[in-house]
Amino acid sequence: MEITRRRLLMLLPAAAMAWKFVLAGTPEASPNYKLTEHWWSMLIDIPKCIGCGSCVRACAEENDVPESYFRTWIERYHVTDWHIEKPEVESPDGGKQGFPPHADDNGKNFFVPKLCNHCADSPCTQVCPVGATFISPDGVVLVDKSYCLGCRYCIQACPYGCRFLNPKTNTAEKCTLCYHRITKGLTTACCEVCPTGARQLADLKNPKDPIHEFLRTHAVQVLKPHMATGAKVFYNGMDGSVR
Amino acid sequence: MFKDIEHLVRLAAVIAIALVAFIILRAAVVPHSFGQYGHYRGTAIGEIAARPIAFAGHDTCEACHTEVVDQKKLGKHVVVACEACHGALAKHADDPGSVQPAKLDTAVVCARCHEANAAKPTGFPQVATADHSGGPACDTCHQPHRPKIETEKTEPAKAETGKKTATEGKK
Amino acid sequence: MQIPVQGFMYPNEVELQWSILIVLYPFITGLVAGAFILASLERVFQAEAVKPTYRLALLTALAFLLVAPLPLQLHLGHPERSLEMYLTPHRSSAMAMFGFVYLWYLMGVLLLEIWLDYRREIVVLSQTTSGWRRLVYRVLTLGSDNISERSLRIDDRLGYFITLIGIPSAFLLHGYVGFIFGSVKANPWWSSPLMPIVFVFSAMVSGIAAVMLLYMLTTRLRGQPIDMRCLDKIAQYLLYTFVIDFSLEMLDLLQRIYEADESFRSLDFMVHSRLWTSQVVIQILLGTVTPIVLLGSMRVLRLPVTARKRIYALAGCLTVIGIFAMRWNVVIGGQLFSKSFLGYTTYKMGFATREGLLTAIALMILPFVILWVLVKLLPPWPESASLPNSGAAAAHGTS
Repeated sequence: MEITRRRLLMLLPAAAMAWKFVLAGTPEASPNYKLTEHWWSMLIDIPKCIGCGSCVRACAEENDVPESYFRTWIERYHVTDWHIEKPEVESPDGGKQGFPPHADDNGKNFFVPKLCNHCADSPCTQVCPVGATFISPDGVVLVDKSYCLGCRYCIQACPYGCRFLNPKTNTAEKCTLCYHRITKGLTTACCEVCPTGARQLADLKNPKDPIHEFLRTHAVQVLKPHMATGAKVFYNGMDGSVR
Repeated sequence: MFKDIEHLVRLAAVIAIALVAFIILRAAVVPHSFGQYGHYRGTAIGEIAARPIAFAGHDTCEACHTEVVDQKKLGKHVVVACEACHGALAKHADDPGSVQPAKLDTAVVCARCHEANAAKPTGFPQVATADHSGGPACDTCHQPHRPKIETEKTEPAKAETGKKTATEGKK
Repeated sequence: MQIPVQGFMYPNEVELQWSILIVLYPFITGLVAGAFILASLERVFQAEAVKPTYRLALLTALAFLLVAPLPLQLHLGHPERSLEMYLTPHRSSAMAMFGFVYLWYLMGVLLLEIWLDYRREIVVLSQTTSGWRRLVYRVLTLGSDNISERSLRIDDRLGYFITLIGIPSAFLLHGYVGFIFGSVKANPWWSSPLMPIVFVFSAMVSGIAAVMLLYMLTTRLRGQPIDMRCLDKIAQYLLYTFVIDFSLEMLDLLQRIYEADESFRSLDFMVHSRLWTSQVVIQILLGTVTPIVLLGSMRVLRLPVTARKRIYALAGCLTVIGIFAMRWNVVIGGQLFSKSFLGYTTYKMGFATREGLLTAIALMILPFVILWVLVKLLPPWPESASLPNSGAAAAHGTS
């Protein structure tokens, strides 16, 4: 009796470890995809955005995003004259169904698509207590939904409001830059459907990527640079009123 | 002497046992790939990359629908991806026979981009549909894959062809 | 999601992430730290006057510390995974490191100090009681029956040392909670180097007030006379701590108003509209200014005992309510405004839900239930005459 019990006590931890292997055996990206060869980012060209909402809808469909939560959304800005510190902003249902028509009233109007900035020094990964959210070696900030506790500290720590708690999985969730697509040579769902090319996926480690020339020849910004998050979503033609 | 600190020795033993138990538990329970790339489960990367895909991507559509590609090349919608209007169709790409894309209501689909809005860039083609057509759906006059209406004077035959392909495309 | 929004909020910000349970959590750990500091005043600083509350303060701290993790567990999306915080703690996360601070404080300081202080009684009770109580005491003795003079002196010396470490540990316990909020650069209502310090001092205020109230209540329930020298002293400590706490909070406020940076306009509006009642009326006027005036006047006026007791009780109650309001204003207030500084949302508190009001009330009642059990098991009263010469109390009186 004693011998069997001892054997069991020795086998149990080994079995637990083996089971973890079995569960983890999902295939990596595509076989040719090397994590260290990429450093993903996105370029958003504000003068080109028409606020059609295709990106918001496509993202929701591609990633099973629940109603009234957003991995990406569009904001419509209206700035009157020199009052850039007091813009009027709206985002009806995140811009998913486009925007209601507004009459031109002499102000400045434009659309700003927003998403996770996949920060290189992200404050959200800094505060995760268990290591459930992290930046991958190829520059995408991801959430391990089988490890996340749902404490919501990362949601509090994100300066851009891009995270939410998925009510179905009770874990934190946000834009993954369509990781499951970009690792297979496709582009993100939002970039795929954008009719004007306002959103472009970019690989900063690829010397042939057009973003390098674009960054060299245009004045671009990131959101909230004073937070020093190392944001990797670059905005061309962004007005100073954008929050 | 020992007798007087015996209770403290026992306490130390309890603490030691608890620590060892914790170390054993940790070795057994912490996922093996944890720490592979950083402070997270390394296999999570593979799991996230293995999600099913909903949008096939225009390259996939264009492989089969070459006649649409040719049509689009002649107009402004060449830059618009197929699934931007037709929705996610990876399922159709995997099994074209049994999964058919839904018919589109152009009154809704076209308006999303082209309905006039003060916030849209002024160079972008936009109309107030009430004034523009006053009722009929957009594809009554426009062929969505090649939206510009060619005038009678310049290309009358093509205008006819435009209407025909519109009905063909709606199969 | 029918949450009324004023102005513009990022779409994912509309729903509050941290509920009333997360308000409860710093409130409870604050009581723990404060109660412990009060107990330490007697032990380490020889503040003999407050000796009657020493053991009661320790047991109060323990009762609340045991309940402290519960609001967190109820809040988590996956409480069954909470062990991950101990198995794979992320060293850059204040929340993860706090798990160890909590564990250290519970095991290494509080439980150890209580055990050492009560060991003589535990051994005696393990020999004189019967049934399940005997079993509990026997387990607590860890199998050792030695309560010789020498062993008790060793306990006392060790206990003194633990208390000495315990004071900075108590500061660390609650200062860390302050840091969990204060280190979030994304939130200008929270982000401040003053946050840990403000939390520590408000914790001390709430803990001292709580022990004072409990002492008055339990003494009355047992039909014993209140030691006025003790009570006056506690009230004095409460006043001094309060003055420091209030100064710190006012300093923070004045600086914000003066500098008026980007976030200020939004925060100012929030205080004037959504937080007016909880911040200005309850926290500042009723919960801070009034108790300070009441306690301050007790240092100057010579009122009869009954009047003093009533005023202390009133000041104590207002204090505890005020500190709860402070936690509310920090946690909930920090989520009512948009990080775009262009809008505000509303907190819709559930009632009978997992994170609702009913749960919060139950969690506030639970520590008193636990305290009742602890008090039955390990009587903290100075006149525990059921035991021949309360050795431990005498032992550390001479150290």
